[in-house]
Amino acid sequence: MADLLRLENISKVYSRGLINAQSNVALSNFSLTLREDEPTILTVAGESGSGKTTLAMLLLGFTAPTTGQIIYRGRDISTLRGEEKMAYRREVQAVFQDPFAVFNPFYTVDHLLTVPIKRFKLAKSKADARNKMEEALTAVGLRPEDILGRFPHQLSGGQRQRINVARALLLKPKLLIADEPVSMVDASLRATILETLRNLQRDHGVSIIYITHDLTTAYHIAKSIIVLYRGSVMEAGDVDTVIKDPQHPYTQLLVDSIPWPNLDQRWGAQPIKAREAGGGGSGCRFRSRCPKAMDICATEPPLFEINPTHTASCFLHHAQPHVAMERLSQLLPA
Amino acid sequence: MNVTLVQGVVQPRVPIHSVGAMAAEPILRVRNLEVTYYTDSGRAKALDNVSFTLKAGEKLGMVGESGSGKSTLALAMMRMIKPPGRIEGGQVIVGDTDLMSLDQEGMRKARLSRIAYIPQGAMNSLNPVMKIGAQMMDAVKSHLPDEARPAIEARCKRALQSVDLDASVFKMFAHELSGGMKQRVCIAIGILLDPDVIIADEPTSALDVVTQRQVMETIDNVQKAINAAVILIGHDMGLMAQFVDRVAVMYAGRLVEMSTVREMFTDPKHPYSRALISSLPSLDNKGVFQGIPGLAPSLLRLPSGCAFHPRCASVMPTCSTIRPEAQILPGGRSVTCHLYDGEALHEGRT
Repeated sequence: MADLLRLENISKVYSRGLINAQSNVALSNFSLTLREDEPTILTVAGESGSGKTTLAMLLLGFTAPTTGQIIYRGRDISTLRGEEKMAYRREVQAVFQDPFAVFNPFYTVDHLLTVPIKRFKLAKSKADARNKMEEALTAVGLRPEDILGRFPHQLSGGQRQRINVARALLLKPKLLIADEPVSMVDASLRATILETLRNLQRDHGVSIIYITHDLTTAYHIAKSIIVLYRGSVMEAGDVDTVIKDPQHPYTQLLVDSIPWPNLDQRWGAQPIKAREAGGGGSGCRFRSRCPKAMDICATEPPLFEINPTHTASCFLHHAQPHVAMERLSQLLPA
Repeated sequence: MNVTLVQGVVQPRVPIHSVGAMAAEPILRVRNLEVTYYTDSGRAKALDNVSFTLKAGEKLGMVGESGSGKSTLALAMMRMIKPPGRIEGGQVIVGDTDLMSLDQEGMRKARLSRIAYIPQGAMNSLNPVMKIGAQMMDAVKSHLPDEARPAIEARCKRALQSVDLDASVFKMFAHELSGGMKQRVCIAIGILLDPDVIIADEPTSALDVVTQRQVMETIDNVQKAINAAVILIGHDMGLMAQFVDRVAVMYAGRLVEMSTVREMFTDPKHPYSRALISSLPSLDNKGVFQGIPGLAPSLLRLPSGCAFHPRCASVMPTCSTIRPEAQILPGGRSVTCHLYDGEALHEGRT
């Protein structure tokens, strides 16, 4: 079995305060497996506070899980040292939300590309390095002569975001974590960046975890989707079924709130219950906002299998067979 | 969402039965507005002869890429353009007052009471060390210095209520509120004095879809209640389809098309609007990514003729030499493109 990455019952709890310590569960009991031989694009969707960025931080090794293990190619990433750690750092790459903040305004954009080349000793000579940079830029649809030697402020947001993708590509990653890569880019440029990401997966065999709150772009780029709410999986499965026929009331609310550019497809009339502050309480996390909340929702719902590529964590589907969290990945089409 | 309409802040300015009669008379007329930024590397014309009108209760969407002049237009209407930018000419007439002819003090009074502006990322503009209520009362006090404190407080609380916030928010600090709540506080501040025109500059760009819908519904409700005209600035066409009555498309500082929202989505006229519409994702065309080729031009070095011609799919020889002027098509839409040179009713503006 060639598993690229395996998350085993990951939880992340942020706590603050010494006396009256408050804790906030950012991600609870999450499991996921990505296979090495089948590069895929997986969307992790949810609103702010759903734990999607925490997941990115955990995957990139920026923060350690409170419980559970992250296994990368058979090794727990918290035990990686030296060369293995370097290999992990190279093979798992990130593209972040803000294409303006990742550049140092005092350096030309070359800096962003030469640092990883030097750090990971990717090139034997300066000419080789230059070739590699040009190759990566061409792969994301940029003309190297337009880009190299320029300062960040001379480039558009879309160009800068594509340079970030090129930087990741340069390192020949196995896994790319894209955390809201298009949310700060003009709508007209989004299409180009999404296409770049999809080509990366198709032509270069890179698995992508696409983190977003925007279900429209998720629908267009991804094969499968996991919907998170306050750290718990609400619904997961094939992106087509989940978005066209959502089963969990939370996903229904999300899909209902997409502003489709279609005059005959209006925003839903379903009223929105305001989100309550704090992270406490047991049972279904969406209970306090759910229009269909029942008494049983005070206990935590397991995942129910709706069909072989669709699962929802909601007692409305209690007649369906249970799915163990560890089996979640098997329901996600590659 | 239920908005509690209380007498006062959100009381309709005009009795409902007379809205139809009012609708004929535009509440906002922008005429030939021009803004130039004088930079070290040359003059950049950020707004070039922009004209449009808006009726009370009407919602206009202003779309375009970053750098197309959307936010400059909002700032120019508020007379908040800072050097090196300068308003070179034009009029912004609200009701019967030309804002451009007011003195500094008059303009200060007009802001918020006649024309309100909800800036981009407004939620980050709240003062972190002042309670929400104190910030709201400051705004009212500077416009109505004679009003008694209890009356001002009541007015602020009604405004909070009208955006569906609990009156307890009045005593809270910004950090105690979520992003969507902060944005709604900013809307509440915007409607404190029942303005005629509300300009909202990307009010939801940092919010997720559910909160976005909530904020837009809030704007919709308060706008209906005070019968204000709204200009929504943004680049999300989906949001425009859900919210506005008319759409104006800006490109390189000019208005290139202005149509009703239905005309815009079913039959866009300007090639740039067409590209914008076809780049939109929908449920039917999964996996099709159609961006707009090329890059937005630099305002310092605009292409000759029509500024869009290097990226245009229907470019003609005249496009690179003669700059098109706005023309009115049958049906009242305005478009700035040589493709319609034969069809126009007359050259000019709405």
